[in-house]
Amino acid sequence: ANEWEKQAFEGKSLDDVVKALGGGGTEKSSGVNLTAPDIAENGAVVPIVIATTLKASQMAIIVEKNPTALSGIFYFPEGAEPFVSTRVKMAQTSNVYALVKADQKWYIASKEVKVTLGGCGG
Amino acid sequence: MADPMRVRASEVNGLVDVKVLMKHDMETGQRKDAAGKVIPAWFITNLVAKVGAKEVFKAQFGTAISKDPFLNFKIKGPKKGDEITITWFDSKGETRTDRALIA
Repeated sequence: ANEWEKQAFEGKSLDDVVKALGGGGTEKSSGVNLTAPDIAENGAVVPIVIATTLKASQMAIIVEKNPTALSGIFYFPEGAEPFVSTRVKMAQTSNVYALVKADQKWYIASKEVKVTLGGCGG
Repeated sequence: MADPMRVRASEVNGLVDVKVLMKHDMETGQRKDAAGKVIPAWFITNLVAKVGAKEVFKAQFGTAISKDPFLNFKIKGPKKGDEITITWFDSKGETRTDRALIA
């Protein structure tokens, strides 16, 4: 009952993760709205919000320069609103990617978040 | 037994806003203790939200979700007074379920 996308979670890059999640690639879309801070003073707690105008079945958060890139995957059964808000750890300043799966395709938006104090080591 | 979650759900104009605050260390497996020994990874891997028997939202977490994970999502359909059930599972096989009535 509890599938866990091990291969995707072990991916080191955006490409690794997208491949493991069965996507052929990603397409930039203005329909994907990623909200993240410009500067995160504490990399242990970085608020991320993804919303979309697309008919999303899944979303994913990827932090390019973390030891493993994928933070989380979110599933929206029929009737759920394609929206998620959570908090992630960031090891260092990095691009954050919001991925939205709609019609069997991954759409993407990105934003650089500057981290002044990393949140993975310690 | 794992500590309880805080679950709040409120319905406005047919949209139910659900906020969940879990209590979990979310150890990454990257940290070391005072003796320099790696603290093994231990983190929530799965979360399921249900109203009645119907799954309304699901998530898979990696180690990069923050300690004491926060999650906010929105669902359509359920009404005030319906019960929402949130269950998480972690990498050591522990699990925790909490409930809230939609306000």
